[in-house]
Amino acid sequence: MSDTARVLSLHLGLIGVLFALHFVLPAYHHGNLARIMVLASYAIGYNILFGYTGLLSLGHALFFAAGMYGMALPIQHLDMNALPALALGLVAGFAVSAGLALLALRTTGVAFMIVTLMFAQAGFLTILYFGDYTRGDEGFVIQQAQRIVAGIDFSNETARYLAAWALFSISLLVCLWVVRHPFGKTLIAIRENEERVRMLGYNTHRLKLGAMILSGVISAAAGAAYGFLFGYAGATFASVQYSILPLLWVLLGGAGTVVGPFVGAVFMFYLIDLSSGLTTAHMLLAGIALVLLTLFAPQGLTGEVRRRYWKTLP
Amino acid sequence: MEFGPHLLLAVLEGAVTAAVLSLTAVGLSLVFGVMRVVNIAHGEFFMLGAVFAWLMAQWVPGSAALGFFAALVIAPLLVGGLAALADLTILKRIEYDPERTIVATIGLLYIIQQVTLMTYGPDARAVEAPFNQRLALPWVEWGETGLEFYYPWGLSITTYKLAVIGAAGVILMGVWLMMTRTRLGLVMRATQADREMATAFGIPVERVYAVVFGLGAGLAALAAVLIVPIQQAHYLMGADPLLLSFIVVIIGGLGSLPGTILAAAFIGISDGIISVFFSPTLAKILATLLVGLVLVFRPQGLFGTRPA
Repeated sequence: MSDTARVLSLHLGLIGVLFALHFVLPAYHHGNLARIMVLASYAIGYNILFGYTGLLSLGHALFFAAGMYGMALPIQHLDMNALPALALGLVAGFAVSAGLALLALRTTGVAFMIVTLMFAQAGFLTILYFGDYTRGDEGFVIQQAQRIVAGIDFSNETARYLAAWALFSISLLVCLWVVRHPFGKTLIAIRENEERVRMLGYNTHRLKLGAMILSGVISAAAGAAYGFLFGYAGATFASVQYSILPLLWVLLGGAGTVVGPFVGAVFMFYLIDLSSGLTTAHMLLAGIALVLLTLFAPQGLTGEVRRRYWKTLP
Repeated sequence: MEFGPHLLLAVLEGAVTAAVLSLTAVGLSLVFGVMRVVNIAHGEFFMLGAVFAWLMAQWVPGSAALGFFAALVIAPLLVGGLAALADLTILKRIEYDPERTIVATIGLLYIIQQVTLMTYGPDARAVEAPFNQRLALPWVEWGETGLEFYYPWGLSITTYKLAVIGAAGVILMGVWLMMTRTRLGLVMRATQADREMATAFGIPVERVYAVVFGLGAGLAALAAVLIVPIQQAHYLMGADPLLLSFIVVIIGGLGSLPGTILAAAFIGISDGIISVFFSPTLAKILATLLVGLVLVFRPQGLFGTRPA
């Protein structure tokens, strides 16, 4: 089998298996997997910037929340229909990520991490500040009647799972397509050695801008979908924790691999789910995982597979 | 209250914030200056200091003052020791790589915070101040009958808050003397200036790093012990000091001690004023935006000379 065929069969196979699981999973895991697929789409967006371009952002919650509130606020306050509201979520994600990218990409390394962290924190505080509209930490529920598109009720489990599956499939395929084409390959080159890429005549600033906007829009799509499918928008989704989680999933699953974010999200979700019987302090596991990963497995799970068995895995 | 007395009150409250903030931020700044790493878990070391102060107040028999002064010595030593241990077991092994250190200290943040939640619990607990007299402050105003001198209602400060400001001044002076006058300070400055050359001259750089990391965390813990009679000890209290220290360190110029202290005074007092007259959230929004913009357009900080 040629390499392209192997790559395609792996990724299309994953999408197929997830579709098949819809018919066999018990209700509890069915609901979990719908959540995981939306969160994994968020992680895929994060991975484009962190894993492939080598820019570690600590502010992706800003994009996730931009999508979520860009969708939820017009529904809540303007009685907008769901479809244009979802589109507005994407537009908000695009605007916010383009704005932050223009500022933050003037810095590199640790300064980039802190700038993204600070702007995301300012965004989170702004949501709290306008508590009259956003209801702050408490958040607000998007009513079932407002979650119907073309006669399909997205508070229904089947519709929810399939919508999450569709979002995940699109994100995964977009990511795969990008990294197998010149734009993505140049991003990887920037990650490895930006100076050299610039010397070859590429405008690295514009490429990084493109990567950050693509990453931000995918994250915003996940945020809008999460709010829409699960019927809730709250300030927690804009907090630092939601910037750290995609970093954790990507590190665990394998940065710079297409399926890594999904693998990481599944593992972490079920690790926390299993431990919730033992303790309420579930972020403890996230902390231990982060420390152990930086110490012993900076490549993550899929990264290890790539290192040992499949050198050309994208 | 009139505008004038109100403003004075805001400035005084801001000065207390600034005093505690300068200690926390100097700790962060030392670690960044000497080791060139950013410690995201810094706020959790602050929180541990407050929690240990509460524990001391419970354990030490006799007066509240005795427990408090015991905490003032023991909490920073314990927290500093813990941080040095974390440095030796984690940061040393990833060779102080800047980005991996941030990820590892984020992990450390959650570990410390969640272990505190599991043991100390989710409640906010108060520690009694060793002394706490209320001092009414006078106000002078040009009234109808010439210069008037009176005590506006609500304009007061406690002796404890004044003591916090004084103590922070003394401790900062101590840090400055240590950096400029002692052998340990010399070794630290040498490591900061050129790590490889310091190694070549036989300075045990890795031990210096452990000491600096412990010292930075110890300063944060000390600041927390000072503030805990005013605020309460809570497992999530580390977030604000971390954010504000970041703001101060970046605006003051990374690794610059005088810049850090100046910026702490500036941020602490303006935070006090904006919080009193507008809203604490707005104050924080403005401060975080300021940091982001300073890093983008003036990476050496407002007072510093070296880019981050």
